[in-house]
Amino acid sequence: MRALRQISLAAALAALFAAQAAAEEVPAPDWSFTGIFGTYDKAAARRGFEVYKNVCSACHSLNLVYYRNLQQIGYSEDEVKTIAAERQVTDGPNDQGEMFQRPARPTDRFVPPFANDVLARLANNGALPPDLSVIVKARKGGADYIFDLLNGFVDLPEDFTVPDGMFYNAAFPGYAIAMPPALSDGAVTYADQTPATVPQMAQDVTTFLNWAAEPELDARKKLGLRTMMFLVLLTAMLYAVKRKVWSKLH
Amino acid sequence: MATPASTPAPAPENAVVKWIDQRLPIFEFVRHHLKDYPTPRNLNYLWNFGSIAGVMLVVMIVTGVMLAMQYTAHVDLAFDSVERIMREVNYGWLLRYLHMNGGSFFFLAIYIHLFRGMYYGSYKAPREILWWLGLIILVLMMMTAFTGYVLPWGQMSYWAATVITNLFSAIPWVGDSVVTWLWGGFSVDNPTLNRFYALHYLLPFMIFAVVFVHLWALHTVKSNNPLGVEPKTRQDTIPFHPYYTAKDFFGFGMFFLVYLAIVFFAPNLFSEPDNYIPANSLVTPPHIVPEWYFLPYYAILRSIPDKLLGVIAMFGSILILFFLPWLDRSKIKSGKFRPIFKQLFWLLVADSIVLGWVGGNRPDELFYSVSFLTIGRVATAYYFGHFLVLLPAIASIEKPKPVPESISAAVGAKSKD
Repeated sequence: MRALRQISLAAALAALFAAQAAAEEVPAPDWSFTGIFGTYDKAAARRGFEVYKNVCSACHSLNLVYYRNLQQIGYSEDEVKTIAAERQVTDGPNDQGEMFQRPARPTDRFVPPFANDVLARLANNGALPPDLSVIVKARKGGADYIFDLLNGFVDLPEDFTVPDGMFYNAAFPGYAIAMPPALSDGAVTYADQTPATVPQMAQDVTTFLNWAAEPELDARKKLGLRTMMFLVLLTAMLYAVKRKVWSKLH
Repeated sequence: MATPASTPAPAPENAVVKWIDQRLPIFEFVRHHLKDYPTPRNLNYLWNFGSIAGVMLVVMIVTGVMLAMQYTAHVDLAFDSVERIMREVNYGWLLRYLHMNGGSFFFLAIYIHLFRGMYYGSYKAPREILWWLGLIILVLMMMTAFTGYVLPWGQMSYWAATVITNLFSAIPWVGDSVVTWLWGGFSVDNPTLNRFYALHYLLPFMIFAVVFVHLWALHTVKSNNPLGVEPKTRQDTIPFHPYYTAKDFFGFGMFFLVYLAIVFFAPNLFSEPDNYIPANSLVTPPHIVPEWYFLPYYAILRSIPDKLLGVIAMFGSILILFFLPWLDRSKIKSGKFRPIFKQLFWLLVADSIVLGWVGGNRPDELFYSVSFLTIGRVATAYYFGHFLVLLPAIASIEKPKPVPESISAAVGAKSKD
């Protein structure tokens, strides 16, 4: 019994060390969008969109984002039209009362990979791939966590088992995740010729997903800086007024 | 020394003002209550938080009404409608983040205001009703905050609604029926969301009404002050305007610097990431936590093993404050002159923070080798012990320091130093 306990303890420790080692292997990058002056690296966000389009979008929807939003990360109007037109959406009814398929337009939302959740589960071994629109805001650790997760598919530690159809991921709570390791070196060919290593793609797609979750971030910080500068001046003046008014008292 | 409070209000010069005032004395009212209102001359910056809370109420109502124009109270649409506000509505992200964080900062202002009242004995005669009205505002705010938290219909919204409404099932005999009645069905669902939205829109206007009565009571008994000595002569007071208007506006500036820094640079600091996951009745989040301003009550609730007693203790932690004017038997108002009370006050503040910290952690988790449940139980016992045992007891033991004769005497002595 004691031997058994020792073995399981050793296994747990091994798992822990493996997890730590994996987490240390690829440190989270310095995100362009953190800090009060941080803004999105649009080139990275566009590369991230390429990763989403070619890899993630096979299973994950992005229901809250419209194709037209892509102009925000530097795609031209024509490019957005082309990107949208690659996918078909159901529209209608037409004047015959029938629904019909047409190419998506910039004013359409991102077309989801599955028509409904049941189909999504059927295609994914019973697991439902979450919508990614606000995934960065919806996870503790935000962008760092998403980055670690995408880099977290390391070798299964000895004596650690994951259930059938699940995969070992060092960053995922409980270590067993239903998502297969989707990124591998060269999984996409970037339009800007950046070498598509796994950490590079993870960083880019996390930037893209952070933009999808917080598209207002650049505008928010810009307005924030102006507001704070104004408010500091105003408050200083209000303090001077207060001093002046109260000086009459003594 | 000038005595600005001594000049009586002149009759209105303007014919229009005069005409209106004879029919509805609105200008006179404003002059009497916002300009001439004799205010103790020695108020410190802690007295700013009442007016700050008033400004936050206005911010919440204005942003709230604008959000309501875009929000959809339906279980299938609520989550997306909030995100639509953030993405598609012009400056919708600003409105929503102002409102979401405004709740936190409103509570922050109110808690400072409340503890200030406790320290300086602002609940003592003749201010008992003023104190009660403040507590009623607090209770209404808690109801408003809770119903508002449910509206985005995220995971925490849904499960907070489930946990809190289920508390009422602890009521003997009729508990389950009460819960069904609250839900408008057999679980938290669309009717619950709809009624919470209606209440969330209604309650702030009730707060507004009680704030008016709170101010009415305040202007009847006049402001307390750091010395806890009632003003006796005109030397002791100054007119509200321009002195306290100038000081209040500076306070607004300082408060907004912190509030807006959070809104613009860390808008999700106070919120749980889980609330960006749409509500799902089939998946319970591993750790259901309320907003920070409810954590101490949550800790009290969970520290008591019996559900009914836990609920009673939780509500009791607020209810007990209504009896504060009689639990504290000392005649001296200000904690400044009460050496033992002063220390107990800070222990109570620390205890409240400990309760908040416990409320944010799982009861079975350990802090070193002590479980949070144990820490929560000790802190809960201390909380009630403070009000029921320590506070009544010290009045007879404590030897207070000499209290100055009047405000102007104390202020004069200070400025001569």
